Amino acid sequence: MSDEYNNSKVETKSADSSSGSYAPPAENIPASEIPEQELYHAKSFWTRWVFCQDAKVIGVQYALTATAVGLIGLVLSWGMRLQLGFPETFSFLGPATYYQSVTMHGMIMVVYLLTALFLGGFGNYLIPLMVGARDMVFPYLNMVSFWMFLVAVLVLISSFFVPGGPTGAGWTLYPPQAILPGTPGSEMGIVLMLVSLSLFVIGFTMGGLNYVITILQARTRGMTLMRMPLTIWGIFTATVLALLAFPALLVACIMMTLDNLLGTSFFMPEIFTMGEQLGTTGGSPILFQHLFWFFGHPEVYIVALPAFGIVSDLISVHARKNIFGYRMMVWAIVIIGALSFVVWAHHMYVSGMNPYFGFFFATTTLIIAVPTAIKVYNWVLTLWRGNIHLTIPMLFSLGFIVTFVNGGITGLFLGNVIIDIPLSDTYFVVAHFHMVMGIAPLMVIFGAIYHWFPLVSGRHLNQTLGKIHFWVSFVGAYAIYFPMHYLGFIGVPRRYYEMYDSPYMASGVGLNQFITVAALIVGFTQIIFLYNIFHSALYGKKSEKNPWKANSLEWHTPEMPPEHGNFGKELPVVYRWPYDFSVPGVDREYIPQHVAPSEVPTAKVEKT
Amino acid sequence: MFVAIIFILIIIGSVWFHIWSPWWWTPVASNWGNIDSTIELTFWITGSVFVAVCSFMSYCVWRYRYRPDRKAEYKPEDKKLEIRLTALTALGVIALLAPGLVVWNKYVTVPENALKIEVVAYQWGWNYRLPGNDGVLGTTNISLINDENPYGLNPDDPNSKDDVIVMDADLHLEINQPVKVELRSYDVIHNFYVPQFRAKMDTLPGIVTYYWFTPTKKGGFEILCAEYCGTGHYAMRGKVLVDEKIDYSNWLAKQITHEKMFAQNKENKKLLTAEIKN
Repeated sequence: MSDEYNNSKVETKSADSSSGSYAPPAENIPASEIPEQELYHAKSFWTRWVFCQDAKVIGVQYALTATAVGLIGLVLSWGMRLQLGFPETFSFLGPATYYQSVTMHGMIMVVYLLTALFLGGFGNYLIPLMVGARDMVFPYLNMVSFWMFLVAVLVLISSFFVPGGPTGAGWTLYPPQAILPGTPGSEMGIVLMLVSLSLFVIGFTMGGLNYVITILQARTRGMTLMRMPLTIWGIFTATVLALLAFPALLVACIMMTLDNLLGTSFFMPEIFTMGEQLGTTGGSPILFQHLFWFFGHPEVYIVALPAFGIVSDLISVHARKNIFGYRMMVWAIVIIGALSFVVWAHHMYVSGMNPYFGFFFATTTLIIAVPTAIKVYNWVLTLWRGNIHLTIPMLFSLGFIVTFVNGGITGLFLGNVIIDIPLSDTYFVVAHFHMVMGIAPLMVIFGAIYHWFPLVSGRHLNQTLGKIHFWVSFVGAYAIYFPMHYLGFIGVPRRYYEMYDSPYMASGVGLNQFITVAALIVGFTQIIFLYNIFHSALYGKKSEKNPWKANSLEWHTPEMPPEHGNFGKELPVVYRWPYDFSVPGVDREYIPQHVAPSEVPTAKVEKT
Repeated sequence: MFVAIIFILIIIGSVWFHIWSPWWWTPVASNWGNIDSTIELTFWITGSVFVAVCSFMSYCVWRYRYRPDRKAEYKPEDKKLEIRLTALTALGVIALLAPGLVVWNKYVTVPENALKIEVVAYQWGWNYRLPGNDGVLGTTNISLINDENPYGLNPDDPNSKDDVIVMDADLHLEINQPVKVELRSYDVIHNFYVPQFRAKMDTLPGIVTYYWFTPTKKGGFEILCAEYCGTGHYAMRGKVLVDEKIDYSNWLAKQITHEKMFAQNKENKKLLTAEIKN
């Protein structure tokens, strides 16, 4: 698709000037509304690499921090799996430590790894490059956003070293137990967790405003909203969701901190515990759950929508075919985002809220399946009649489709209120959300790293190691989580430190051991990936420019890796969407976004 | 080729695992067998979508794998196809949702003849209370709990006197008698869950929640706490026994009423204080 190009006057005009560079036909692309702003230019090592205002460096800082903390989350899961699979052999984990691991693993993976990596990492790196901007609109604020995130991470990590250890309240932090002595870490751990989350929200808001405003205000000439790569649409919508949803979490965190430290009763009703009256009165534990899930459900899509967007671009580029149904894809992202704010209580079917809420929330939840299914159809229809390069990003994209469809359909089980009744709080839920918001987005993250690594570092990742990494991670993760659903059918509850003396659980012992072994293998395979990253960054095969022959602007900077300011002297002008692959009527296999219609007069492109 | 084959094997493996795996529902022991059938239906519909989408994907990977002489199709949109797929999906969603909501309506509509019993959860165990001959449970309040009145029953409520107390012991239920369990908690959130009964609901401090079911199989079943409630969560189990009517009546006759327990506790306390004084 490109600008309409049937005006013969324009044709002659641009044909005249085509001897030089591709001067755009003035009639088609309006001039800039505001002149370019002068960028802040770093002068010293500190301002260039540490307190840096370049979104690309900030993106890498975000990604490295998120990965580092994610590795802690990964190691915590090994302890849990050893306890679940081989409770007698590995008895170093007591129940308190087990619950602390569960909690920290969950919170780290959802918030500090996935959210930070997709929005802070990919968002920062890709938004200015893909929309044709020199940087984010508020570079200084962007820098503060990262440092806020780093402080939040440090506060979180510090809770491992305080008396009582980190909180073991489960990542959902439900009061009253989160702040009562029956839960590990109810002294300092929970306070540090709440403070860390609050800092994260504040830091994210600074970054999030940047992403949204940059996308709305700083796009280059010709980059209409409907010409943005789907990656940008995914990140944009997810950021809007996050800006609206995170305040609910912030409020919940502040209220619980007050309940804990000042003895208020926002979430605390009358309670009799450890043989005495607590003295609180009038609060509502369910109120916390509403606030938490008002954040928590959009959070699922804050992770999923960037993954949807990125995978669309990966599939299109590596199948050498335009994404099928682009406009439908955009609308599906927006509709999913909007609907995600009216489904939160499907996490609360058994919470004791008014049971008639079930009718409403089951209906809204299942409606979300329609736009989501459309996206899946369009991904596989993009493969149809493509010319599929089975590169590593493509392999990970295929892995994403399988795990996402699998995790998505189990969501239809849990969203349908009556089916949720027996399955909620069992391993079915654990398997479902790991598949759909753990493994599926991770597949996209890995694919995206293999895809954009040449842009960031100028070098390719090792292909052989990449293939090993893909196959072990994908098949292994599927082998962990697919059978895990069946533990839920047996009735095995989640968050149980040990289960082995229950009669119906006996049949699951072997399965648990299998899952543990698979989890350890998949976990250790990530070391290969890390090795690949570090080794290739230094010694990897040098990449030529635009190695995947993609159309979007980030690959068409004068230098690769792009320098500060991204685009050299002149910002590119955009004439078409980023999906003009294999266009009939023209020899070139792909037409980048900044190629003017006059350069490819015979191309039979459809109008944007 | 290799890639497509592995994806196909994963699909076949998933179906094979589903059919042949020994891990499936613990046999149902309540009236909620129709939850199982709703799940079966969901399995068939969503399972076929999974197989269809992933097989189509694998086919494309094999059929349209890279060849230097191949040129991909250029077709940005196909309105007709997109509308058809949307409509089909919407139909599938309705087919899943409608029966689900019908069963949910049953779940939230307690039958008239249901016996009301109370389950009280605490860190970390279960207590129970059954109505006496009047068939009504007395009112309670957390602030009334003390050594003599461990349930926090309202002493001024005449309905509370004949309430049957089952403390630190197994719960018994009568087979084929619908039960409405009213759930309370002293301290934090718990969840009263018997896998064989399928039903569950959180117990919260401050409010009374409920659900109902009819036990349909004789025998003993394990009660699990299904909502994380602190370090002892995994050990918070209990036992429910489903009896024939006659056994149930015999058991019930042996239980203590609240009035009696209250008096006993007072007496004990008096003796204890006297002992301390001496």
